[in-house]
Parts: sequence; structure tokens; C-alpha cells
Amino acid sequence: MTAASERPLTAMIDPAMGPPDCATYERAGGWQAARLALGSLTPAEIIDRVTRSKLRGRGGAGFGTGQKWNFVPKEPASERRKYLIANADEMEPGTFKDRWLLEGNPLQLVEGMILAAYAVQAAHGIVFLRGEYQEACVRLHRAIGEARQQGWLGENILGSGFSFDIHVHSSAGRYICGEETALLTALEGRRATPRSKPPFPQTGGLWGAPSVVNNVETLCNLPHIIVNGPEWFAGLGLGEDGGTKIYGVSGRVAKPGAWELPIGTPLRQIIEDHAGGMRSGYQLRALLPGGASTAFIDTTALDVAMDYGSVEKAGSRLGTGMAIILDDRTCPIGMIRNLEHFFAQESCGWCTPCRDGLPWVERLLDAIEDGTGQDEDMEQLDRHARMLGAPGRTFCAHAPGAMAPLASGLKLFAADFTAHIQQGRCPHHAGAGP
Amino acid sequence: MTTIRIDGRDWPTRSDINLLQACLEAGANLPYFCWHPELGSVGACRQCAIKQFSGPEDRKGRIVMACMTPVSENAIISIDDPEARDFRASVIEWMMVNHPYDCPVCEEGGECHLQDMTVMTGHNTRRYRFTKRTHRNQDLGPFVKHEMNRCIACYRCVRFYRDYAGGDDLAAFASHDNVYFGRAEDGTLQNAFSGNLVEICPTGVFTDKPFSAVYTRKWDMRGAPSVCVHCAVGCNTIVNAREETLRRVLNRYNTDINRYVLCDRGRFGHGFVNAPTRIRTPLRIIDGQQVPVPTADALTAFAHMATKGRVVGIASSRAALETCFSLWALVGAKHFSTGQTRQEQECAELAHALLTRHPGALPTLHEMESADAVLVLGEDVCATAPRLGLSLHQSVRQASFHTADNAKVPRWMDAAVRTLGSECPSTLHILTPAPTDLDSVAAETFHAAPDDIARLGFAIAHEIDPSAPPVTDLTPDDAARVARLAQTLMAARKPLIVSGMQYGSRALMQATSSIAAALARTTPAAGLSLVLPECNSMGLAMMGGLSLETVMEQARAGEIFTLIVVENDLTRHLDPADVADLVATVPNIVVIDHTMTPLCQHASLVLPIAAFSECNGTLVNQEGRAQRFFQAVFPPAPIQAGWRWIQTLARGLDPSTLPVTGLIGWGSLDAVLAALATAFPGLAPAAMAAPGGDYRINGEKLRSQTYRASGRTVIRSFVSVRDQPPPASPDTPFSSSMEGAYEPDMPGALVSFYQTPAWNSVQALNRFQFEIGGPLRGGPSGICLLSPAENKNTQARPYTYTTDIPPPYVPQANVVLVLPDTRLFGSEELSMFSPPIMERSSAPTLGLPANTATSDRMMLHLEDGPHVLPVKPVPGLPADTALCPAHMVARAFRFPRMARLEDFPGEGERT
Repeated sequence: MTAASERPLTAMIDPAMGPPDCATYERAGGWQAARLALGSLTPAEIIDRVTRSKLRGRGGAGFGTGQKWNFVPKEPASERRKYLIANADEMEPGTFKDRWLLEGNPLQLVEGMILAAYAVQAAHGIVFLRGEYQEACVRLHRAIGEARQQGWLGENILGSGFSFDIHVHSSAGRYICGEETALLTALEGRRATPRSKPPFPQTGGLWGAPSVVNNVETLCNLPHIIVNGPEWFAGLGLGEDGGTKIYGVSGRVAKPGAWELPIGTPLRQIIEDHAGGMRSGYQLRALLPGGASTAFIDTTALDVAMDYGSVEKAGSRLGTGMAIILDDRTCPIGMIRNLEHFFAQESCGWCTPCRDGLPWVERLLDAIEDGTGQDEDMEQLDRHARMLGAPGRTFCAHAPGAMAPLASGLKLFAADFTAHIQQGRCPHHAGAGP
Repeated sequence: MTTIRIDGRDWPTRSDINLLQACLEAGANLPYFCWHPELGSVGACRQCAIKQFSGPEDRKGRIVMACMTPVSENAIISIDDPEARDFRASVIEWMMVNHPYDCPVCEEGGECHLQDMTVMTGHNTRRYRFTKRTHRNQDLGPFVKHEMNRCIACYRCVRFYRDYAGGDDLAAFASHDNVYFGRAEDGTLQNAFSGNLVEICPTGVFTDKPFSAVYTRKWDMRGAPSVCVHCAVGCNTIVNAREETLRRVLNRYNTDINRYVLCDRGRFGHGFVNAPTRIRTPLRIIDGQQVPVPTADALTAFAHMATKGRVVGIASSRAALETCFSLWALVGAKHFSTGQTRQEQECAELAHALLTRHPGALPTLHEMESADAVLVLGEDVCATAPRLGLSLHQSVRQASFHTADNAKVPRWMDAAVRTLGSECPSTLHILTPAPTDLDSVAAETFHAAPDDIARLGFAIAHEIDPSAPPVTDLTPDDAARVARLAQTLMAARKPLIVSGMQYGSRALMQATSSIAAALARTTPAAGLSLVLPECNSMGLAMMGGLSLETVMEQARAGEIFTLIVVENDLTRHLDPADVADLVATVPNIVVIDHTMTPLCQHASLVLPIAAFSECNGTLVNQEGRAQRFFQAVFPPAPIQAGWRWIQTLARGLDPSTLPVTGLIGWGSLDAVLAALATAFPGLAPAAMAAPGGDYRINGEKLRSQTYRASGRTVIRSFVSVRDQPPPASPDTPFSSSMEGAYEPDMPGALVSFYQTPAWNSVQALNRFQFEIGGPLRGGPSGICLLSPAENKNTQARPYTYTTDIPPPYVPQANVVLVLPDTRLFGSEELSMFSPPIMERSSAPTLGLPANTATSDRMMLHLEDGPHVLPVKPVPGLPADTALCPAHMVARAFRFPRMARLEDFPGEGERT
């Protein structure tokens, strides 16, 4: 990090070398931010820098990180029990950006957590890690152990008087644990059910104590913001938002993958320049720009800048920034069915519309895709998209997220739905039918 | 107070509640499931969706969940909004996706909240055309049936069972539309309040298993307001009957006592009424055999006995005031016994005296829930007064409420308050000989012998008020404990000290009273509560009478010719040798009871009395509250109320010999109560426990059946097709049928069932309150005989501390101090004749300190001989003490008692 990189998050990641150890990390510019922060910055100054950097939460909701921290009561860590939690429960279908960061450079996350914890004065850190991320778990433990040995974690870090340590919790595994309040409930050893707010986690989170939950990618940005300054970070973005973003593309493109790019990079550029365009023989039909719970956009919106505001204007959400491509040879209804199967299965079962509505949707799509759909089924799908899609009707955002691809799909693929029902079979399925 | 606008109409409403409550209190029909007045809001079911508008200009509004939205000044909401209606109908339709079409065979049918709410939303056609999910049901033990396929996943059951009642063996399992509420494996629900699931569940997942065996629809049953007879707390119940048999017991809301919850002993203990042990005809000993005889024959026999010598009457603390008083009137004050041992009687009378003298507060159960520091001295309230234990359990939430207040989170926002309070310290402190079920939520528990606990209590009183006598020779540990507890109690705004008669220790109760009185000098809200053993212990303590020891002396002196024992199994109070003496020395023993107790076999005459469900009467609970129970059943002759039996007996005697001349002329319960008021002025207000038999609404009696009651002619058509006039009683203002008045404003003591238009389940109760969770519209049920006002008058007299402090308990060689192991199921007399309770009571064990058991079975030498018992190690039990189940090993086990403990000799040979 001696020279400010344009790809700060992934600059140190080298799959051939494995994750850097403490010494390598330090040689490449690591620990500068922690040293600076603990040595000469106040928590308020850190919050201020992060606020000015225009960093927004990379988990999908896009809430201002500095803003989020500001709600935390300001007592010093020694006077009040507070928690900083890294949300590493990356379970969004098609999304694998945090895994890259966790496996590639876990010390960067550790340093980011130290900075965030110092900013909100939390003495306790927890990484809530997706259960299946076993390699990340091993590497995180190794990194944390080494950091602790070197005095970056533990009591009185660098003689600053600030103490902080990190515990890794491997999740027992449910998609809903990625929702920050369900994550807290799960950490407490209870059913992973989201909580109502207030109290907000910042004031009454884990076991009632003030808690901040930040996404892994968000936290990994912090060392770079502190070292290089908020203006540098804000300047990295192409539009309103600051920094870089890890974008990814999966589906039938030539080179599926993930890339760190300036936030606000146009979607077309990501697909065509970085993913190498569509595989030969396939046409791009539509895509989910930021994971399974974002609405479909079609080829007319390919020039959208991939930042929070622009994607929303295009009728979808930036989400995780990891796009899933629907090509012209794949049945869109089959794809939606697959998504709704996932959402129905991952409903926590707490509120009625989500618990009993999503399986109904799934079965309707099953029927349509299998050729037994009826005209009335379209009304039912419309009704569910309407009833479950609006916020405030279900307890959390799971069902609205699940309805995003359905509601947009019903509009974009209306002809496909009609064809399925009228022909009594999936037209994409050669030889299928009654 | 503030005002909100509901569908264009302004309603005054409380400002500290949510919009669902406000709508319901305004009389609106807004459907809901997961919200419950006692459990608060969690926003799970999404059924109470309404439209909220940001101001008069807002035409669009947004859907909110009424239960999760606080009332705000001038809030504008709509229940009728088409979008909200549509969403509510959708929510029901989603619930119906997996709910079976089994209403006609479901035992919840007709009183199902889900049915009511479905009708309320207007949903009537299911459009879901795929298969339903099915579950496997569990055997949850003798109380509760399980039919998980009916579940709509409102989460009320686990919130009640785990969060409210502290149970841990019922949980939500799995997720999405497969979520399952049950146990980890089949087995009996362990919590003492499991039966409430029947009422908490809004549909037919959890239903009443004993009721199932004698099932009939709610609308076909007669209801009567009643009072539980299985402990001295006096929970209010509703008894339901059909075809003149008792079918079930339900909770009856009393804002001060049980509110929404009954314990399982109270809900399922009624089985003794219909048990095979029930006495239905007079019995006489003829030729050495006890045989049924006609009533006339029995009466002649009694008249013969009564004229030949002195008649002594033994009453009972489980008999109604009217029964006890009529016996008193028959035999006279000099020959009237309370039916208790001297120790029991002295303890009960001491409790009455201490409560009367207490300068602070005598809190109701509901008030106990808001105590901010509780000290329990030597009473396992979970076994002796379970509902009180549950109130103490709620009191530990006080700290979390204060945290929530500071965080500006409303107290009814249940999950949020529990999150915020998850690490708030408990405010409950327990000093008992043996562990109790409340220990898990207590800040501090300490186990010691009763006398040592009393000493700690006296020392705490001294610490609070130096003018209270000091306790010398405390160990440094104990002194520190005393100082700590005194500090905690003095810092509290609403401290509460609880003890009781479980260990028969006067010192414990006196120490408790001393602490409460010491606190009350500076904290007027300092509360005192003393647990008594039986449903009318307090009433009898206020009457007084001879102890059983005095009766024994008279009997041995040959002074008693005839003994009338009413509703009292003396074998539970007297050692077998004493019972044998009594039988040998008293020529005639007349037992008037409803159940064939072991005493009945010694009786020369047995008369069948009406059980609580078959007559009307008054009980005084441990806080001195007189409460009336009414009959749901009109029993076939000769079964009749106790006072009527005694009157019948008196009619056979020479009127000039009767100590109270009016006895023969009493025509109704009200006449008995009027005479009682004259003889015992302290009990005079008992007459006002409920409106008298002449009470009418618009000239009508009150109906005790719903207007849907069916089949009253058909049901006995196999006997006769003639319409029979419904039975009637001059003792109650109820008609026995569907004819008569019924309205939500009727007196609180006379609510015989809950039903209002559109609300057929128990949740119709909301319509009987102005403020949900507040007093009944028709006023309180029952009347307090020991009123706080009365205590204030006596405040002029300074409280005198007792100086009678017991010495420390010193273990003696070769013997142990035997203490009663009082059990929720097994120790109480009547419930142990109820089949489901019998099934739940476990075999007797001998509890010993965890490290002293030398073998699996040991022999305990009690007064009636040696008992070999399996040993149960009890962690924390003080050294040289043993726990023995009260009344299960030695029937008349008196305590505390020193007894010899030996290894079971057969043990070595077996192995």
C-alpha cells in the first residue's frame, strides 16, 4: 500500500502465494492504518473520515458506514460492553466476493475490524462466517492467531489502552443469518429469527449490548481509507459512491468471475470487457445485477452504472454487485422457480406471508414449468408478488427480496409464462410436454 | 390519554399501548393471532395489518402491523381500507394453505380463535391447489393433546411456555413452512403451566386431553364461575358441564390473581369429582359392612346417635365457609374443631395475625409481578402455590422493563424488551431448605434448615431496622449474606417478602413479617405474602375452633359420642395410632364428604356431599379474599351442599338443643351468609363476594349456557321425550339454561363463559374489559377481608417485633431432620384423586444431600414405622436433612421431625 492502489482490496491477493502472513502483510503496507488510528486518531476522527469517504455497506443494503457507526453510544470500550461483528455469512446465490477477500487476505479483514472496533469502541469482535467456508475458517483462525501473537489483537493494543479480540463463529447455516438481526439472534444461540427495530443493533444488539454488523467487503475497505484518506477513496468511485467494488458475473459468459473495479463501472463494461461477453451460441436475455434477491433487468439497461442510485433507477438494486446472467436458451421460468425454491426453503418460518406464501409461489412455478399450470395461477403469482413485495408487510426483507426476481420476471417474461400454460409444457425443454 | 382516528371516527385511547389494543378497546373487530395481552407483541402472524396515514392530507397511507405500532397522538388509521382488508384475507388464506379441513371433528371447533378470525377477514375460498404439508404428532403426556397439522405457526405456544412460564421442553423446530412446535421427542410436558397451551393456542394444536375423553362442544356446555380448590391462592376458574357431569375447568380472568393463567393442578385436578372414588349415596355400617342406604334411613340413624351424647364437629380447610359455619351452628362453638393439628392451626392463625398487623402492602399476585426485589424465605411456592410462583417468575423482568423504558422501547414490544433485558440481573432471592423451580431465575439462592433461614430472616430485619432484635453468632458468610440482602431490599421501591406454612415453622413466618415490617417503615409499598396450604385455610383461621389434639383428648376421655367430620380426611393429619384411638373411643363417626377417603372406612355413617362444581359457596384465599364459586352441575339427590346436609341433620333433632336456632330455617346460601355475618363479624363482607341469589339483570336471571346450546330435550329422550323444566337453585342468580341475561358488563363474579358477537373463543374476554389486561367491566370478583385500609388504621400501633428467635439447627447423631418434599402433583389431597394428576405424580423418593447417600435405597424410621425409599440426591440440601414427600410416605406426616435413617439391609444381599 505504499502507493495508493486502484484495486486496494485485492492488491495483496495472490492465489499462487496464499494469504500473506503478518510480515508480508506489513511489508505490503498492512498495519499502517491500525498504527495510525490507534496512535494518533480519536474514534470520532475515524468515523468522520469514513463518513467523508462515502463508503456504503457492501452487503447489499448500501447504508452509509460512518452513519451506521454514529448511532453507537460513545462510551469507551472499557466502560461499556459493545460488539463489532463482521458479517461473513455470504449465502446470496451467485455471490462469492467475500470469500475471495476472506481466503485471499484475512489480515486485511482483521485490520479493518480493529479500525471499526476502535471507531465504535467495541472490545469484542466476532466474525460470523458461513458454515461452508471451511478454507476461509482455517485461514481466518491462522490470521487471527498470528495477529494476536504479534500484539495486533488482545489487551492494550500497541500500548494505546484499547483492547480488542476476535472470535470466529462458523454458522450452522441458514440464509437468513445474513440478515443482521437474525445473525445476532443466531449468535445468541437461538433460532435465527430477525428482530424488530427498535432497538437497533447499534444500541441494543448482541445480548442487548450495542453492536455493529458490517459486511466483510465494507470492513476490508477501512485500512485503505485511513491510510490514503477519505478524498482518495471517494475519488475512486465513478459516480456518487466512493471506492471500488468487487463485481462478478456468473452464467453463460465467456469468463465468469469477480473483479475489483471502481464503483459505478457500467454493467456493459463488466460483462463485455471483464467477463468476456456471452459464450458463443448464447445471447444475453436478462440478468440479476446483484444476486438472487434483485430484480431482473434486460438488455435495454446494460449501460447502467453499477452504483447504488443508478441501479435503483433502472428498477433493480446493486445488491452484492454479483450479477447472474440469463441467456436465451435457458427457461426464465425454470430460473425463477429455482430461485423461489431457494427463498421458500430459506424462509425462517417466523411470519405468515413469507413462510406460507413462498412455498405456494414455488409450487405455482413448479406447475407452470412442468406443464400443469392454469390461467388462474398467473393471478396468484401476481397477487403474491404484490402482497409480499411491498416492504412492511412481512417481518423482514426476505420475502420482498424473493419477490424481486418474480415481479420483474412476470413483466419481462410474460410471453414465456403464457406459452408454458397454453402449450402445457416448457418450450425450452425439447421433447417435454403432455 | 390521547385520541386516534379509526376509519373517520375519533376514539380516546391510552397512549402507552399499541394500535391493535387500541382498536380492540375501541370495540373494533381487528383479527390477530400472535399478540396476546400477557405475552405482548412480536409481529409474527401479520394478521392485524391496518392502514396508517401520515396526516389528514395523506390519501395513500401505508400498511402497518397494528400490534407493532405504538399509539401516537392523533394517529389516523383505517381497518376498513380495501388494501388492508385484502392483505388480512390473504394472511388467513396463507395460514389455510396447510391447515386441515377438520373443523367438524376438531375439538377446538366452536371456540376456535382461528375460526373467528377467518370469518372476520371474510376469507372463504381456498385457492391453493397443491398438497398440504403434514406433521407427525407427539404424545405430550396426560394433560395436552397434540395435532400439529392444525398449526398456523403463531409462536404463541413457545413464547408462553418458554419465555413466560420458564419451561424448556417445548420448542420451535425446523424452519420455513415445516416449522414444528413440540418436544425434542415424545414425552410429558414438564412445565407446571403446560395446560395453558390449550387456551393460548389460537386453534386446535394443543387441546385438553382429559376433556377430550368426555368431549362436548363449548356451546352445549353449562358454565359457572368457580374458584380453584387445589391450593390457597384462589385462582378463578370456569367449570363447564353437560348432562350434569363436570367436563373441564378453564381459566377465568381475575385481574388481581390468576389473570390469563392457571397451573396444571388447578386445571386438571377436578378429576376427583367424577372419579370412581366418588361417594354418591349415604353409607351405613350394617352387620360390619358398609352398605348404601336410603337417605331417610341415614337420617334416622343420625338422629339416634345425636340424642345419645355429645356431638363434636370437625370442619376442614378445604370446605366452604358456609359448610364450616353450618357445622359450627349445629355443634356449637365449644364443640367445633377446625380439623387441623395444633401446629397447622397456629400457623394459619399466625399468618392471619401477621397479615392483619403488617404496616405495609399486601400485594395481589398481579402486584407481585412488579415487585422490584423479592425475597422468598423457606417456601417452595412452585409446589405449594404454583400460580404465585409464576408471578414471582414474572417479577424478575422488572429490570428489563426499566432498561426498555430508558431505550424508549414500549414494554409490550416483547421480543425487543427481552433482547434489551437479556443480561439484566434478576431481582429474586431465594432462601429455602431445598432447591426450587424458581432457582434458575433467581439472583441468589441459599439452602439451609428452616430455623437457620428464619435466623437469617430475623438478622435481615435487624439490619434494616436496628430496633428489631439482633441475631447473635452468625457466621461471617451469613452476616455478609444478611447485609447484602438487606441492602438489596432497602434499595427497592417495591420489595416483597414471601414465606408460608410448608415447613410448619412459625419462626419462618415471623421472620418474614419482621423483614416486611422493617422495610415498611421507610417503604410503604413493602409487601408481605404468606402461603397457606388449603383453599379455605384463611377462612377457617378467621373462624377458629378446637385443634385435633383437643378433640383427641376429649375422645380419649370418653367425652365424645358422635363425631361429624366434614370434608376432612383425618388420616392426613393424625398418626395411624391416633386414628385408631379415635375409632376406638368415639362410638359414632359421621363422615360427610364427596370422596371415599381412607377415613370413610372407619365411619359408621357416610353422607355424600356436593363437590365444588355441584354447589355454591365461599372460600377465603390466603390473602384474605372471599370468593364465591357457583354450581355448573345439579347433582342427583341425595348429593347436596354441605350446609344443606347439616341442615337436614339438624331437622331431625330437637330444635331447642341447637346452639344456633336459625339453622333449620335457612332457605338459601344468602341466609347462611347473613347468619355467618352475625356470628363472625370479621367474615361479614364474605356475603358480598358475589351478588346474591336474588340478583337480576333487567329482571332476568343470568344464563349459564350459550344461546346455541342444543339438544336439551333430545339428550334424555331415551328416558322421556317430555321437555323437563331446567333445574334451579335459590342459591344463585343463574338460570341453568340458555334463558336469561348475559352481557359483558355483568358483575365480574358472575361471568360463566366468554362469548360476544364474532368472538367465540376464550379471547372474547377482551370484550369484558374496558382496558385489555385491566379490571373486568362488571367490577372485581371477590372481596378482600383484610383490606389495606384496615391495615392503615392499625398503623398507629407500632409493629412489635417478635423476640422469639430460634437457635441454630444443630445436627444430632444418628438422626436426620426430615422435611416435607411438597410436590406440585402428589402432595395436594383432592387432585390426587384425579386420574391425569395421579399419572403425573412420581413415586416417592427420599431426598438426601448429594454426598450423603450411601446406597440406592435407604430406610427412614417415621412414627408409623420404617419406610424403604429410593434415594434421590438433592444438590444443595443442607447436611443432615432429608426430604420426604408429604402425605405420600407416611400419610399423616408431620414436620419438621427428627428420624433415624439406615441403609436398607436387603441392599447388600441383592448384589
